[in-house]
Formats: sequence, structure tokens, C-alpha cells
Amino acid sequence: MRGRVLTDGGARGVALVLQEPLSLWGGVDPATGAIIDVRHPQRGTFIKGRVLVMRSARGSSSSSSVLAEMVRAGCAPAAILLGEPDLILAVGAAVAEELYGVRVPVLQLDPDDLASIPDGASISIVDGGEVSVA
Amino acid sequence: MRLVVRAAEVLRAERLIPITRAHVDSCLYHGEATVDFVERLIEGGAQVTVPTTLNVGALDLLHPELWRGDAIAAERGRLLMGHYRSLGCQPTYTCAPYQLPEARPAFGEQVAWAESNAIVFCNSVLGARTERYGDFTDIACAITGRVPDAGLHRTDARRAVLVLRLASDVPAPLLEDGSLYPVLGIVLGRRAGSRVAVIDGLPPGISEERLKAIGAAAASSGAVAMFHAVGSTPEAPTLEAALQGIEPEEVAEVGMAELRTARDALTTAQGGAPAGTPIGTVSLGTPHASLAELRAVERELAGARPAPGVELLVSTARSLLAEAEEQGLAPRLRSLGVELLVDTCSYIAPVLRPSPLPAMTDSGKWAFYAPANIGVEVVFGSLRECVRSAVEGRVWRDAGLWSAA
Repeated sequence: MRGRVLTDGGARGVALVLQEPLSLWGGVDPATGAIIDVRHPQRGTFIKGRVLVMRSARGSSSSSSVLAEMVRAGCAPAAILLGEPDLILAVGAAVAEELYGVRVPVLQLDPDDLASIPDGASISIVDGGEVSVA
Repeated sequence: MRLVVRAAEVLRAERLIPITRAHVDSCLYHGEATVDFVERLIEGGAQVTVPTTLNVGALDLLHPELWRGDAIAAERGRLLMGHYRSLGCQPTYTCAPYQLPEARPAFGEQVAWAESNAIVFCNSVLGARTERYGDFTDIACAITGRVPDAGLHRTDARRAVLVLRLASDVPAPLLEDGSLYPVLGIVLGRRAGSRVAVIDGLPPGISEERLKAIGAAAASSGAVAMFHAVGSTPEAPTLEAALQGIEPEEVAEVGMAELRTARDALTTAQGGAPAGTPIGTVSLGTPHASLAELRAVERELAGARPAPGVELLVSTARSLLAEAEEQGLAPRLRSLGVELLVDTCSYIAPVLRPSPLPAMTDSGKWAFYAPANIGVEVVFGSLRECVRSAVEGRVWRDAGLWSAA
């Protein structure tokens, strides 16, 4: 499948399909990559190195900073696949690349494509938005 | 400029348009990445080109003695706040810039605002226009004085596509009570996601404080950047106006069952914290309290003080505190044992007295984020319930308000 590139890059990782949208600020500890939102059904799960699959974004406008800080701390997800475009995450990833030379692709997928990705699937993403699911 | 162009690509804008002001959230420390970014801007000699207010930072610069965390974190937080001043931003340090008369955009004004609750208020209550900007983009827009001509900057995107109709089982006394509005906001955020919704069925002329509470909660539970309330927000004199004459995608009814569930979920303390549950802390002023809310705290205290060992803290903007000092309101509140916090918020900065007991709040947003941010159990209630509970040292409930159908 092909996604619309919000922030470009290549990545490989295991899909983490979020059951509910997550605000990175207030929802994730940037120093460990763990979900800390007490109302999130996947609280305690680590998003570090995972391909985050999220229907839509949520919450704080500080999530750009938190994503950049996760990249700096080495705890960022490998990539973020969204059902809707999100400027806050796209810009967080773009700034992280500029500051630290690490790319976290952020792609918008067709909602049906996004829904077809099973949790735990191996995902590889190449520059330009090509996504393969194994 | 590269970041603004990047934003334009993400939003599919064909051109950039000028803005008249900006509100920047990037001044809150989230780790060294936030410092690295602004230092890059400073090295490049950047300055903002439009009047720019600053959001809350990591600490209260006027009352540094309130800080209970480690000294290095305070130093880094303070450094970041200062760095944004050096770019030409005004040291307002408030999440509610719309409560500062000099920072309020007029109806129709094009601006770049960050801070999720401020974005919603700007679009919904003021009728000024901003997209849902986040950290980094906010300051990039302030420096370039430009935003993408896309999203909520354009009239068509401001149309409500979801109608939330209040059901007839919502009793009149509840419509008059402050506790309804953050709960309604939580429901709105869950139902709308990032869509623009219109709430139908509220009494007309809802106060700015209540609209603020709806927006802050909706931007916590969802990605809401704008909502309409028929008869209260400027682009919704009628339901038809909010819909811009086009059929909505969805019409949903919101009744007591859904509201009650949302209200109960805001309380994390064991057993739902029934009346009589001991509390250690009451935190008000998220988003920052207006002068009317500070006066309401005084009124509800009615001369009483918080019970021994109970902390009652209200967050507000430094400029509103200055006004409250001048009016004698702040000294009166302090003499009753109220702590006043500025420049930051009690779920960001380590300022609350450590307590094994739950903390009570009137804010949907605080109830949403505080458990993860500062590790407290939360009890949600109206401002009146919060203040009376502080005085009694135990949860006090306005009986019947939420139980009677």
C-alpha cells in the first residue's frame, strides 16, 4: 500500500495498533517510550521502535516537542501511520530530523488500508510512502 | 520558513497568508530537544515579526519558592522560557491568552495559535482563525508572519459537520451548573475527533468560562480545534448558520447516560470518591482562571479556609494576578489560605504538596492529564464542590445534580 507522505523516511518495525487515539504529550513518557495515559487501554505498552498505527491524533499541541524529545532520547517510534493528516506529529518528526538526523516517517494511509494492518505485523516503509505489511 | 512551507504541504495549502499575531506553546520544557530547537533559531538571528504571546512554561518565575522538583529541571525550564523572550515574544506565560484584553484577536482575524485549549477558544468563542498549530510550527509562523491558507483559516472548513443535540433528559439545574460543561467537552472530543461540531440545545449566552471548559476538555479527549454552540458562539447565531446551509454528516443526541459515564470516568480515585472521601488537594484554574473565576473562589469560600492539611491552589496568568492584587482580591484569597500560581500549571510543575490523598479539580483537562503527569488520583467536581470540599477536607457533593434524571 502507498501512503501520503507527511514526513518522509524509511523504517522497519513491528506494528503497534492503537485501540484509541493517543496524545504523546501527557500520554507517553519521552524518557522510556511507555504509554502512561491512565485511561488508555494500552497503558504500559512501549512505543519505542514500533510502527505506531493510529486512526487519528489527539490532544496536546505539545506533542511535536515530545516526539522530537523521544527521538533525541532514542525512544521514538520507528514510524507513525495515521488515518488523518496531523500537522503536530509531522512537524515534530521534521524538526527531529533537522536536529538529530534521525527520520521517523509520518504517513497518512487510506482508512481501509490502515484498518487492514494487524497488531504485531512486520512493517517496512521506504522513502516516498511505500508501505509493505508482512 | 521551511517549517511553514512544510506545514503548507501537510495541509495542502496553495499559498501562504499573513497573520496579525501568534501564541507560542514551544516555551514549555519537554527535554533537551526543546532547547536545541530554539537555540538553532537564536543562532540564526530569528525574531518574531508579529505580536506574540507565550504559553505556560515549566515553572512559576514570580514564585520560584513553590518549586518542589529538582534544581536542574527548573534551570532548564527557566532557560527555555527566557530563550523565547529573546526571540521577541511577550512574557505572558498563560494558556489562556484570550483572557488578556491586549492579546485577544478580533472576529475574523487570521492568527497562528498553539495550545490546544487556546486554539479552540480562538476559533470557537472569538471567531478568529487559526489552524491546530503545535510546538515548533507556532514560532515558525510567528517569525515568518505567515500561515498556510488552509484548514480553519478558510470559511468552508469552519462549517459544522456533526450536530450534537442535548437530549430532553438533561435537567435545567444541571444546565445552570458549571460541572456540566467540562463533561460535555469530553463527550464532544470523543464524538467529534478532529471534526467541527455544533452543540444544539444549550441555553443561549453561555459564559466564556463555560465555553472555555468545553473547549479545553474537548481538545483533551479529542483533536477538536473548533466547535459551535447555537446562540453562544459567534458563527452559530442559528443551527443553520453553523452548518453553513449544508446537511451535516451526522446528527447525534447526547443524553444523561452518556454524560454521566463521561463524568464518572473523569474521577480516577477509588470507588468513584463518593461524598465524604478525604482529599489532600484542590487544584483550580486549568486553563488559567479568569478574574471572574478568582472571584467565584472567594465567594464560595465565604470567609472559610481550607481544612488543615488541605491545599487549595488556583493557577492564573501573571497579568491577571497583578490585576487581582490591585483590586485586593489576591491578598484576600491568600489570607484565606489560597495559593496562587502563575506562569505554569499544577499538572506540569512539581508544586503541589505531596499527599497520599486524591486531588480534586473542576477541570476536565486537569482530570485528564494529572494522573499520568504528576501521579495523583483525581476527583472531578464543580468549582463549588471543589471549594466546599477543600473547606471540609472531604468530598462534598451538590446532591441530586447528577443523580436525578
